Parts: sequence; structure tokens; C-alpha cells
Amino acid sequence: MPVSVANSKVIYQALKACDVRIVSALPETWLVHLIRMAEEDPDMKLVRLAKEEEGVGISAGAHLAGVKSAMLMQNHGFLGSINAIVSFAQLYKIPLLMLISHRGTHGERDPWQTEGGRVTESVLRALNIPVERLDDPSTVGRKIQWAQHLAESSLHPVALLLMRELMWEE
Amino acid sequence: MRRLECLRAIYKDLDSCVVVTIMGAVAAELQSLGHRPNFFYLQHAMGLASSTGLGLALCVPDRKVVVLDGDGSLLMNLGSLSTLARYRPANMIEIVFDNESLLSVGGFPTATATGTNLAEISRACGISQSSTVKTVSEFTAAFSGAMQGKELSIIVAKVEAVGPSRYVTDLTLLENRFQFSRHVRGLRNT
Repeated sequence: MPVSVANSKVIYQALKACDVRIVSALPETWLVHLIRMAEEDPDMKLVRLAKEEEGVGISAGAHLAGVKSAMLMQNHGFLGSINAIVSFAQLYKIPLLMLISHRGTHGERDPWQTEGGRVTESVLRALNIPVERLDDPSTVGRKIQWAQHLAESSLHPVALLLMRELMWEE
Repeated sequence: MRRLECLRAIYKDLDSCVVVTIMGAVAAELQSLGHRPNFFYLQHAMGLASSTGLGLALCVPDRKVVVLDGDGSLLMNLGSLSTLARYRPANMIEIVFDNESLLSVGGFPTATATGTNLAEISRACGISQSSTVKTVSEFTAAFSGAMQGKELSIIVAKVEAVGPSRYVTDLTLLENRFQFSRHVRGLRNT
């Protein structure tokens, strides 16, 4: 499976550098190494979800207790979590650090990913969620740190899109 | 059995806990007994009270986290029971007030009215401490057992479909959220 181990590690190290202690996740191809790294790390609590929406509650609970967390999900998981993001995170001013694998964009071979790929960024914009693309390992660390700073200072969800250039080696 | 009677029976014990409620009648009735800084009322996002409880329980392992959920809310996030079963936070008690209806929006019957058994679903997910109670004394006994136990517990309390006349209180959402967060952060630092 040509998911980049090296770049997954860069992302994971950036989360560690941000003092993230809880990662919620639902498996998806591009996230396999990140999820494994979280699972193998004794200082990280990985919460495997049944549905991505649960991750909003878990991150909210962690934030209310003063613990930093991140959410790993596919863009379709983000699309499935919108009410939780609006009616919990945004309503109650809860920061969320959302790392979203952006499937269905240029280069996509799976037909079922394509519609989500087309709408993800415009939905994020409609929700007024600040978004950055992660496509270059040399800027990943800084962008993740900055995203967390903005989430915490604005008490609002922030999205980082994991792009094909970063995650896929083919 | 009425939900308010159940809340009254455990109100004093909630003092030492971190408490998350769902919206509507549960939040309004608990507030009618007296708001406390350790109570957080999730006034929307139906289904996520149990997930929020899990997030809190992982972060304050020395405190009991009590979620006051409802059948309508839990049915919107049944997968949460399987996630809870996977991590089994020993310090979490999930109470489901099951009035078999979506009371706040007009009393439409939920699936528990037609036989869905939330305690059995919990048990089948792997949460062995799952029970259904029908009287206040059964409820109080189940709650005391859960408070003394060191295991994730689910208590499904069958209650009448009655609630307060209004749901909006003078406690604003953000006031509650910041006060609660400050309180829970303080618990972690002590």
C-alpha cells in the first residue's frame, strides 16, 4: 500500500510537538500509518470510533478538561459530522483540530470518493472553518502548530486537508 | 417513576462527580434542583453526551463521570455504546432516562416504545454492568452500586413521559460551558 510512512511520521511528530494526547480516528487508507503510530505510542490515547461524529464529543470532553486532542478522519467522515461540528463545537466554542484526508480529488481512481472530493472545501468554507492544505512535508510541522494555535485562540474548529501529494507515493 | 424523582434521589451524590446531561427536560429538571459548576448541559448535538462523557472520563480518571442521557439521544448514536464498550472507562456511569418518546418535540414514540432494549444492546456490546430499573429504589440501588464499583455501568431507567413546562433557563450555554471547563480543569490540577 503506497501510503507514505515517512510523511505520516512527519504529521505524527507534529501532533506530538503540539502536546496532543488524545487522537480519535476511523480507519481509512491514507490514515493507516498515523493510526498505527498513535496505537503504538504509550503516551497517546487512541480512540477508535464507530462514526466520526463521536470524535467531536470526545475532543469536546477533552478540551473541557484541558487536554489537547486531534481528530483523524476522511473527508466523508467530516461530511457525516457536520451537525456535531455546528451544534456542539461551534455552538459551544470548542476548538477542534481536524486532520481530514482529502479523497476524491485529482488523481483519484475510486469512483465512490469523487463526489465528496468535489464538495469538501466548499462545505468547510460554508461553515467558516479555517482550512489549510498539507501537501509538502517541509511545511507540515509549522502548519499543524499554527492550526492548533488558531483553534485554541479562536475556540473554533480548524481543518487541515491531507493531500494526495503528501499521503500517497505512486 | 418520574425522571425528576430519580434526579432528586441522586442529586447529593452528583456533587463529587463530573456530570453531562442531554438537552431538554433532563437539563431543565436538573437545573430546577440547583445548578452546580460540575454540571454541563449539552443543549444540542443529540447523541453526543455519551461521547463527551468518554472524552471527559479519559481525562479525569480519578472522578466519576455521570452522563444523564435519554433514549431518543442515545438511539441517534448507538455506535457510542460499542466505543464505550471498547474502552470501558471504569469511572463512567451512563444513565439513560428511557421515556420511550421524543418528549421535547411533541412526544413521538421512539424505538424503545416498540421493543428496542437499550440495556440488552449495551450488554451485547460488551458492557456487562447494564441494567434496566423501573422504581426509584431500584434506580438508587443501581446508582449506588455503580458509584462504588470500578467498572463502566449503564443504567436504563424507565420513566414516565412527563417533563417541565419549559426548557429554556436563565443559564446561558457559554456561561455553563466556561464555568464547567474551569471547574474540571481545576480538578485535574488538584
